[in-house]
Amino acid sequence: MASTIRVRAVASGEMTEVQSLIQHPMDSGFVKDAKGDLIPPHYIEVVEFEHRGKTVFTALWGPAVSKDPYVKFSFKGAQKGDDLKVSWVDNKGATDSLVAKIG
Amino acid sequence: MSKQAGRGPDRTRRLIIKGTVASGLTGFGFAGTSFLTPAQAADAALWPKDAFQQKVQDEAIKLLYGKAVEESDKIKLDAPEIAENGAVVPITISSTLADVASISIIVTENPFPLVASYKMPAGAQAMVGSRVKMAKTSKVMALVESGGKIYSATKEVKVTVGGCGG
Repeated sequence: MASTIRVRAVASGEMTEVQSLIQHPMDSGFVKDAKGDLIPPHYIEVVEFEHRGKTVFTALWGPAVSKDPYVKFSFKGAQKGDDLKVSWVDNKGATDSLVAKIG
Repeated sequence: MSKQAGRGPDRTRRLIIKGTVASGLTGFGFAGTSFLTPAQAADAALWPKDAFQQKVQDEAIKLLYGKAVEESDKIKLDAPEIAENGAVVPITISSTLADVASISIIVTENPFPLVASYKMPAGAQAMVGSRVKMAKTSKVMALVESGGKIYSATKEVKVTVGGCGG
């Protein structure tokens, strides 16, 4: 199964810029389906980015983060070729993770 | 798929913008391996449930930070003046404040005003870009935690079509 996570991390000097895109419906719980029934809330709650065993960025999300959420940030201390681990968990307990190489 | 054939860079850009990721594509330019091992996954216990479920922004802020908020001109809040599609409103927050530990986004008119909160370790760059849903025209607040204090910047975003299905 293809990963839900896509991440691009590029080291430039001491900073590494990270852009990530996760496939997820991020259902708010306020939207109705074709039959008029509310679609129950289904959204990612926590995303963690780890480098060398340390968390470099944590995203805490509510149901108002857009579908297929995107996030961009930068952190210090990584070098080209290092691993960056991304993992998420949603409100139903589903999870996914991925290890990307910093370019 | 045929509509998106060809023009590699364009297609990649479209993927990033729309978030429509087709399984066969590897155009986003990363080399990675996927693991489905929940043992090392993000910890749901970190999620501040009470703050996210508050319907009044002041209560949400109090539950999240437990402190008073003061305005600051050292926060840059980039958001569109007018968002045609409330389902995807790009918001970027950065700050020149020292020792930023977290950045949060509040949309005051949303059913649940706290939208997202981002934590970063000491010395990290105080910048985050993400996309949020807005139910209707509303003030957007950026909250930045710096040196144990909470600072804010506010901007109104007009929404043409709401993004909460209302």
